Amino acid sequence: MADILTVQGLKAYYLMNYYGISREVRAVDDITMTVKHNEIYGIAGESSSGKTSFIKVLAAAIRPPLEVVAGSAVYDFGGQQVDPTTASPDVLKQIRWKHLSYIMQGSMSVLNPVRRIEKSFVDFAMEPLGLSGKAFWNRVRDHLAHLKLSPNVLRAYPHELSGGMRQRVTIGLATVCHPEFIIADEPTTALDVVVQKDVLALLRNIQQEIKSSVVFVTHDMAVHANIADRVGIIYAGRLVEEARTRDLFMSPRHPYTGHLVASLPRIGDTRQRPALEGRPPNLAEPPPGCRFHPRCPLAIDRCRSEVPPLVTVAEEHRAACWRSDEVRPVLDADLPRNRAEVS
Amino acid sequence: MTALLEVEHVYRRFPMGGILARDFTDAVVDAQFTLEKERPEIFTIIGESGSGKTTLARMILGLDVPTSGQIRYLGRPVPTSMWGRARHDFMARVQPVFQNPFEAFNPLKRVDRYLESTATAFRAPRSRAEIDRAMDEALVKVGLTLAEVKGRYPHELSGGQLQRCAIARALVCDPEVLIADEPVSMVDASLRMAIVNLLKSLRDDFGVHVIYITHDLATAYYISDRIIIMQKGRVVEMGPARLVLENPQHPYARLLKASVLSTENAGHGDLAPATDLIAASDEMLAKAVHSHMVEQPDGRFVRSNP
Repeated sequence: MADILTVQGLKAYYLMNYYGISREVRAVDDITMTVKHNEIYGIAGESSSGKTSFIKVLAAAIRPPLEVVAGSAVYDFGGQQVDPTTASPDVLKQIRWKHLSYIMQGSMSVLNPVRRIEKSFVDFAMEPLGLSGKAFWNRVRDHLAHLKLSPNVLRAYPHELSGGMRQRVTIGLATVCHPEFIIADEPTTALDVVVQKDVLALLRNIQQEIKSSVVFVTHDMAVHANIADRVGIIYAGRLVEEARTRDLFMSPRHPYTGHLVASLPRIGDTRQRPALEGRPPNLAEPPPGCRFHPRCPLAIDRCRSEVPPLVTVAEEHRAACWRSDEVRPVLDADLPRNRAEVS
Repeated sequence: MTALLEVEHVYRRFPMGGILARDFTDAVVDAQFTLEKERPEIFTIIGESGSGKTTLARMILGLDVPTSGQIRYLGRPVPTSMWGRARHDFMARVQPVFQNPFEAFNPLKRVDRYLESTATAFRAPRSRAEIDRAMDEALVKVGLTLAEVKGRYPHELSGGQLQRCAIARALVCDPEVLIADEPVSMVDASLRMAIVNLLKSLRDDFGVHVIYITHDLATAYYISDRIIIMQKGRVVEMGPARLVLENPQHPYARLLKASVLSTENAGHGDLAPATDLIAASDEMLAKAVHSHMVEQPDGRFVRSNP
């Protein structure tokens, strides 16, 4: 299957120069990855790991002080090659919403509170769809029906809708033009559990229906386990591991992934969960060598000086760790028992 | 057994709308539970947004007044006036921790100033050294030291460290009860378990009662002793945490459990909605006006319709 997005050695830094003091924050440092047609690619990472900077580059929302200093990201929209890092504003305008769209976090801040939902649809979709009048509204109503929304929401203001409905409306806005590539940035983080599951199911159905590729960003590993086909883990600006979802959860090959998977609490299991010591590194002065080494239980001298490359360790499975062979999936038996059951 | 905190038939009703279209919404309906002084525990309140869990916490803290019913602390009603000896004593015993550490701290104020003012207000220190000792003791309990925090502004600490400072701030006055309102929802995955394990060690090692408010069933199962599950202001199920979460009985509790995303079968996500449970819990909610809690043989309470 061909790839819709190819990212090669992408480096995007925040370059700041105030009063003669220059600072660079290496938010995206040498990321190489591809996204296939018709797949959901999950990106996991904690706050300030550079995942938002990365998707800003992918969404062609590069504003100073963020600058792409090396590498490229190339979309292939049915033969048309577009590099968001270099494309002209005219080209970007032409591909936005029609080919490349974006579902944002916090639906309340996306929708204009003083405009009815229908106005938002006009603003977003009328031009890319190239339809007008009746044809346009028929298309929008059909699409809303797919999202299990009644056409009445078009007349509503954002505050009149519940959080789950608003998030469905933003998904509707992002998918109404049937784009080939959708970037979803924490679309379910603010939602309650019942609604979250519903919205995830909807997003996956619509993705399968319009056959688009999705980059799904969230720090919640449980969401990735249920929606993503492949998952990439970003730590301190670097891609440290990438694999098919099942492989990543069953046999992680980077200690950070191993920790993320092992620390998920589960109902029916009361064993003590390990907590990772230390704090995420400051991207302005990242530690030398592997950026995870100050917190890594497996760190050796080599990790402190040499940067481990992202190498293929198994079929469709890449990891950046000098000791990736020794990373064991943290088996339940390895975890110490909890104190005696209470009450 | 002495009752530490008694919540008795507490209702909270908020007025809605203007003078002509007066309406009411019930945020908390008939909440009732007791914490025992001799048995420190993690008591969890679970519910979705709008279920009244934060309103209940605010009433326990005395920041809001119940419409009817009473909350007593060591036999005395919780003081709701912000002045006076009684309020001061109460605050020394019951302390809150809030959801977002970045919003709880003023970005222009050094973090140790918060600990310092709490120490000065509640520990009646006689010297600078005594204040520092009180601050350091509290920080050591949460795995930090005064040297790490002194003189730092909130942006210089990570989210996990900041949340631990917020908990240390609450611990400065040696409280008996800590009310933690969603303390981990804004904290990163790798730091979340550190905070959750910390709450556990507060109970086990320092005998602090923790009222843990959350919508995350998995961490609730991991640390709680007892839980209550709230739906639109009503407690629908209450009992020992393990018992309730392993085998919930009320349709809404079952719906919540069914909606927790499982990682057992990663890569083959099952996202089918539990339609029958949604219908059943809506039906229970519609008829909830005359419902009441019924004790089950296994020790839990489940809301049922007459």
